[in-house]
Amino acid sequence: MTKHISLPLTEAAIADLKAGDSVLLSGTILTGRDAAHKRLYELIEKGEPLPVDIRGELIYYVGPAPAKPGYTVGPAGPTSSYRMDKYTPALLDRGLKGMIGKGARSREVIDAMVRNRCVYFAAIGGAAALIAKSIKAEEILCYEDLGTEAVRRYTVEEFPCIVAIDSQGNNVYESEPLKYRS
Amino acid sequence: MDYRVIDAAEITAAVKKLFIDCNYFIGGDILCALQRARENEPSPVGRSVLTQIIENDRLAAEEEIPLCQDTGMAVLFVSYGDKVCVDGDFEKAVNEGVRQAYRDGYLRKSVVSDPVFDRLNTRDNTPAIIHTQIVSGDTIAITAGGKGFGSENMSAIKMLTPSYGAEGVKQFVRDTVFAAGPNPCPPIVVGVGIGGTFERAAQLAKKATFRPIDTENDDPRYAAMERELLAEINKMGFGPAGLGGGTTALGVNIETAPTHIAGMPVAVNICCHAARHASITI
Repeated sequence: MTKHISLPLTEAAIADLKAGDSVLLSGTILTGRDAAHKRLYELIEKGEPLPVDIRGELIYYVGPAPAKPGYTVGPAGPTSSYRMDKYTPALLDRGLKGMIGKGARSREVIDAMVRNRCVYFAAIGGAAALIAKSIKAEEILCYEDLGTEAVRRYTVEEFPCIVAIDSQGNNVYESEPLKYRS
Repeated sequence: MDYRVIDAAEITAAVKKLFIDCNYFIGGDILCALQRARENEPSPVGRSVLTQIIENDRLAAEEEIPLCQDTGMAVLFVSYGDKVCVDGDFEKAVNEGVRQAYRDGYLRKSVVSDPVFDRLNTRDNTPAIIHTQIVSGDTIAITAGGKGFGSENMSAIKMLTPSYGAEGVKQFVRDTVFAAGPNPCPPIVVGVGIGGTFERAAQLAKKATFRPIDTENDDPRYAAMERELLAEINKMGFGPAGLGGGTTALGVNIETAPTHIAGMPVAVNICCHAARHASITI
């Protein structure tokens, strides 16, 4: 069964999301990947304000391809999440409610997720053309100089993903492969 | 001695087409393997993921857009005939083709100038990685691919020594794929380079990922090792997108070269299911 989730995520919605759930997200999300995370993290380290309010938001780890004429966005699939692990606990402690990416997370990230009641969604890596169909609008919020790595706000409708790690720390990347390992 | 003259502009046009084509159109070998995997995949989530990947690849081809946003770093294997003379600068011509493909084909520019300090995007996806081999003949053959880094980052090389034998090679391949787990966008293509020197093994591994997965190594012993490794990897359980299942890899390709009496280098280059490459002979 697929859950339809409206963004921003409420505490109740987060509590209801269980690892393995298929979900369709509708609302707005932020984007950011390696270089933007490094900058945000350095600002936090210095105790300076962030150029974008991350409280209550989801960050999608993506660096989209350019949009062809006639398209709102170019192909925009998830990038590997572990590269953001170093920076993620600090963002979660500052009010970020979740991430969309692909692949495993560190113990530190999962602990910070449980501590702050957050959720990590997996989108399908390499399904970028298909995923872009659910992105209806985009706006660059900051770090435009980073090109594809700029922080954007996407408006999404029925953006498909799976709850990979829930707010209790249950983790499909740990549990599911074991069922098929021989 | 007679040389065949090829205009540098022809090289540029060919390279441009290769990079646009490989980013829009997935190879028939990969598509067949994905469809076969979907039929055999025991996990319902895995089947759903494979269905979405197949639909994605169909959509990209139909709309002529990149199938993955990571359109990769440009890698080319060039067999340069010794009876050919390029009228102009060959490397410049190749890089100009890459520049035009990534600009006009709406491909993502993913290359930074300096790896450690500056990390400034070069904004045209150059420079390309060009492996050139001089061969006899009057043609230039190019196999090119955009290499995504989600999977590239999961690759590894090890300087094994002769006593490790075939079992040591297989163990290192399995260990590398296991450590990569869900990260490199499974189902993956595994390129293995064995022999040569440190850098030759890595180059062979990359070359192996560019070989269609419906082919096998000419040496039956390595062909058997390819099949054996594929079966073992698919028992690891990572499955499509790493969400569990029986399809962790679509293919294992091994390429080998003579090596030193003291050595047995093994490189494992991992490629995601968007294993993009295209070839042309000029």
